[in-house]
Amino acid sequence: MGEKRKIEIDYSQLDSERMRLNVGPQHPSTHGVLRLEVELDGEIVTDVVPHIGYLHRCFEKHAENMEYPQVVPYIDRMDYISSMNNEWPYIMGIEKLMGIKVPEKVEYLRVIVAELNRIANHQIAIATFGLDAGAFTPLLWLFRDREYILAILEKLSGGRLLYNYFRVGGMANDIYPTFKEEVLDVVKQIRKTMPEILDLLINNKIFIDRTANVGILPADVAINYGCTGPMLRGSGVNYDLRRTEPYSIYDRFDFEVQVGKGEMGTVGDCWDRNIVRYREVLESCKIIEQAVQQMPTEGDIKEAIPKKVRAPKGEIYCKAENPKGELGFYIVSDGKNNPYRIKARATSFNNLSVLPEISKGYMFADLIMILGSIDIVLGEVDR
Amino acid sequence: MTANEIYEKLKSQFGESILEFTDEAPSDPFIVVQSNKFFDICLFLRDDETLAFDYLVNLSSVDYGEKLAAVYHFYSLTFKHRIVLKVFVPRDNPKIPSVETIWRTADWHEREAYDMMGIIFEGHHNLIRILNPYDWEGYPLRKDYQTPEEYHGMKVPY
Repeated sequence: MGEKRKIEIDYSQLDSERMRLNVGPQHPSTHGVLRLEVELDGEIVTDVVPHIGYLHRCFEKHAENMEYPQVVPYIDRMDYISSMNNEWPYIMGIEKLMGIKVPEKVEYLRVIVAELNRIANHQIAIATFGLDAGAFTPLLWLFRDREYILAILEKLSGGRLLYNYFRVGGMANDIYPTFKEEVLDVVKQIRKTMPEILDLLINNKIFIDRTANVGILPADVAINYGCTGPMLRGSGVNYDLRRTEPYSIYDRFDFEVQVGKGEMGTVGDCWDRNIVRYREVLESCKIIEQAVQQMPTEGDIKEAIPKKVRAPKGEIYCKAENPKGELGFYIVSDGKNNPYRIKARATSFNNLSVLPEISKGYMFADLIMILGSIDIVLGEVDR
Repeated sequence: MTANEIYEKLKSQFGESILEFTDEAPSDPFIVVQSNKFFDICLFLRDDETLAFDYLVNLSSVDYGEKLAAVYHFYSLTFKHRIVLKVFVPRDNPKIPSVETIWRTADWHEREAYDMMGIIFEGHHNLIRILNPYDWEGYPLRKDYQTPEEYHGMKVPY
C-alpha cells in the first residue's frame, strides 16, 4: 500500500514511439468542455497540455457596460455549482468601497447560505470523483441529499442553481417562516448519510488503490502554482481564508481547518484532497448549526441597501473562501455607475494549471483520477 | 510589515525604479514600478527573508486610456502581509519582463493578459492565446476594441 506509483523505463532497450492522444472537448470524464492533448508512451503519460477557452463568455467586458447590481447574474454563472459563494466577494468589495455596514441578520443569512452551498459543492465533488473511478451508487446517494439543500435555496431565492440573491447592503428576499427548522432538518439528514459514504466509497480498498500515492502535489509546488482551497490543504498547508483573514462574522464560529495528513498514502495525493473535502462537509454542518442558533429574529434585511449603487473612485481586491479555493475580484472604479474594470481571480484557473506538473509518469487512468481530484468547473476556468 | 514599510525597503534597495506609493482608504495601497528592472525587483520580493512573498495572488491588466497597466497582487504565507505592484507601459510598445520563472502562477495569467489586452511579456516560453481561439484578431478588453464582423464565415455580433 505504500509504494510509489511513478514508473520509469529504460528507453534504450525499447523500440517504441510516443503517441499524441486528444481527450476532446466533449468527453464524459473531463467535467466540462476541456481539451487535453496527452502525449503517451504506451500507457504512461509523458506530457499533458490543457486547451481551455471553450466556455469563454468574457463577462469582464460585458460588465463594463452595466451597472453594478446588473453584473451579479453574470458572476453566478462562473462557478455554477456554488453560486452563492461566487456573489459574496463581489458584493463585499463594493460594500467596502462604499463604506456600507450590513445588519447582523444579513451576515448570519449570508453565512448560512454560503455554507449550505459549500456542502452542495463538496457533495458533487466527491460524487463525480467516485464516478470517475467507476462507483455509481455514491453519486445517486449524494445527489439525493443535495436535492434537499437545493429545495431550501429555491424557496429562498427562486432558483435551484443560479440564484441572483445577494444585493449590495443586504439580500433580495427575507427568510420564510419555517426556514430555520428546515435547515436544521437537512443538516441532521446530511450528518446521517455522510458516514455511509465513508464506508461505501472512501475506505473502499479499490478506491484507495486507485487514489492513494497518485498525483502527489508537494506543498511548495502548490504555493508556487497558486493553488488554493482543498488542493492546498490536502498538501498539508494550513491556509483557510476564514481563519487567517476572517471576513464577515467567521471569527464567531467554532470550526477546525481540515488538512491532509497522508493517512492512506503520501501527503498531497488524491485521497488526501478527497478526505479534506469530506471532512469540510461536517465542519460546515457545525457552522450552520451555530449560525442558526445565534441568528437574530428581528431586523429588516433590506434596510442598508442604497438607492443608487455608485462606488467612489478607487480600486480594491476582495476575496472569499469558496468551496474550491480562493475567489477574488479586482474591481477598478472611476466613480460612475458602471465598473471600469472587473477581473475575476478564479480558483479553478489556477488549480488547473498545475495538472501538467503532477501527472507526468503516471498511467492514463491515473490522469483521469487526478483531473477529478482537482475539482474544476469550466465556467470558472474560462469565465 | 505595513505597505509603507515594504515601500521604504524596496526604495532603499532599488532607488529610482520605484516610482510612487499611493495609499488612500478605502482603496488598497499600491506601488508603481518601472518596467526595466522588474525581474530583479520580483526576485528580491520572493527571496528576501523579511519580505518572503511566495504567493502571486492575481495578475490583471487594465486599460487606462493612454497607458496600459499590469497589476500584481502578492501575499506572504509566512508573514501574512500583502502588497500591490503596478507597471505602466505605453500603448504602442507594451513590453514587460515575464516573471513566470519566479512564480509559476504567472504562466497562464500572463497568457491571459496577452490574449485580452495585448501586453507582451518578454521571456515567456509560450506566449500564445489562451481563452480566445488561436487565430482571433484583436485584443478584446481594450477600450477601443471593435468586434469583428465575422470569424471563419460565422457572424460575430448578435
